[in-house]
Amino acid sequence: MASDNSWQPSAHLNIIRNRAKLLQDIRAFMDVRGVIEVDTPILSHYAISDPYIQSLTTSYAAEKNSTLYLHTSPEFCMKRLLAAGSGAIYQFAHVFRNEESGRQHNTEFTMLEWYRPEFDYHQLMNEVNELLVHIGLKKADKLTYAELFQRVVQLNPHTVDINQLQALCQQAGWDTVTDDRHALLDFVFSEIVIKQRKNNSTPLIVYDYPECMSALSTLKAGNPVVSERFELFINGMEIANGFNELTDADEQLQRFENDLGARKKKGLTTPPVDKNFIDALKSGLPECAGVAMGIERLLMVLFEIDKINEVTTFSLERN
Amino acid sequence: MATYSTNEFKQGLKVMIENDPCSIIENEFVKPGKGQAFNRVKMRNLKTGRVLEKTYKSGESIEGADVIDLELQYLYNDGEMWHFMDQNSYEQYAAEETAVADAKQWIKGEEMCLVTLWNNVPLSVAAPNFVVLQVTETDPGLKGDTAQGGSKPATLETGAVVKVPLFVENEDLLKIDTRIGEYVSRAKE
Repeated sequence: MASDNSWQPSAHLNIIRNRAKLLQDIRAFMDVRGVIEVDTPILSHYAISDPYIQSLTTSYAAEKNSTLYLHTSPEFCMKRLLAAGSGAIYQFAHVFRNEESGRQHNTEFTMLEWYRPEFDYHQLMNEVNELLVHIGLKKADKLTYAELFQRVVQLNPHTVDINQLQALCQQAGWDTVTDDRHALLDFVFSEIVIKQRKNNSTPLIVYDYPECMSALSTLKAGNPVVSERFELFINGMEIANGFNELTDADEQLQRFENDLGARKKKGLTTPPVDKNFIDALKSGLPECAGVAMGIERLLMVLFEIDKINEVTTFSLERN
Repeated sequence: MATYSTNEFKQGLKVMIENDPCSIIENEFVKPGKGQAFNRVKMRNLKTGRVLEKTYKSGESIEGADVIDLELQYLYNDGEMWHFMDQNSYEQYAAEETAVADAKQWIKGEEMCLVTLWNNVPLSVAAPNFVVLQVTETDPGLKGDTAQGGSKPATLETGAVVKVPLFVENEDLLKIDTRIGEYVSRAKE
């Protein structure tokens, strides 16, 4: 780990210069569309309750008994701005995820997040496509989660039998399968469906996720009920995640509580629910769609780099 | 034995898979979107040498394997077992034929070998990368032919047979690269 040259950047200087250029291009894109840049704090007394996302924590001297959380996304603060009447906004945020590190994951990374009042998620997908073209990538193909799933494994993700999913997972190398439908779907999607696109540089937007993968998005009534959410993949790597934002405070609170229940069951910490965020929803969040995009991942795609460390000035091992 | 959680997985970690000790070659954290994260792990079965790929839900734990690598001196073969000694503790270890499968043709005694122990029993033995062995049998050398071109088999004192240049003669000492089983040069000793 501590080799002699670990003072040096882990990214090539050329990448560091190109990153500056990419951020400029994105700012120009937002500027033309009247989307305003904001900067919200990293530290909070509250944190996300998603059982699959872990926050880093810290503390400070003036509040001896309280825990502070490093944000995992600037979502809550940005929605409070929207509720206060900010209009369309974007932000480049350094965000932090505990327990996430690997070839495509750093504990700390840069997220471009933007919100569009009066847009629905299809309009936002179009804007994501315009941004891709603006920075020199191809427009994305669009497929629903069910279409893609069906195409690759010939099964309907909404109706497939749990035993069938388990068998598929075992075949693909997961010996210790659970009976958690959500996790099984995630496994098949990750290790079979999306893995297949590993060498496919044509961007792909997948939308209308199963209901259990909703997080903070709205649901579309119908049969099956789907989550009005999309993700952008390039080379089988997730680049962005967006959705129609849930504006119903009661429903949101209910989901947080379900999540906290799930966290407790898994033996995870249960951070306090952000009451300021819930209050903002109560006061009225405009109907809007929002999306988060990983800047380092974009750089990896643009410059055909395989490891996130090589597009980060100093990876954690060097800092 | 300790168990290891996926976030402790790293290259070289020894774990038990289906009752066999395995060494992790590659560990990749996979989280393609929101939701469940996985660790895709490539490992080598230390008994069979086979490489296998397994996936774990992040946060899962697997049992560790009591496997260590020691530098041991080869003593002798009693016809059934190969005996090694730790020069620091003088502790002796006996290896079965399967553990010395490849190494046995290169060692004659006193060599330092890398021995992988599982539950204190030798699982595999690696001969030194280079050994010097005497030729016991080869066709007569051709006079004046010291240049390249042509080769012939030579039997070494351990019984191993290697391809050697035509100028090599009986009782010559040869330096052998055991990793590829090839002649390197003649050696003076």
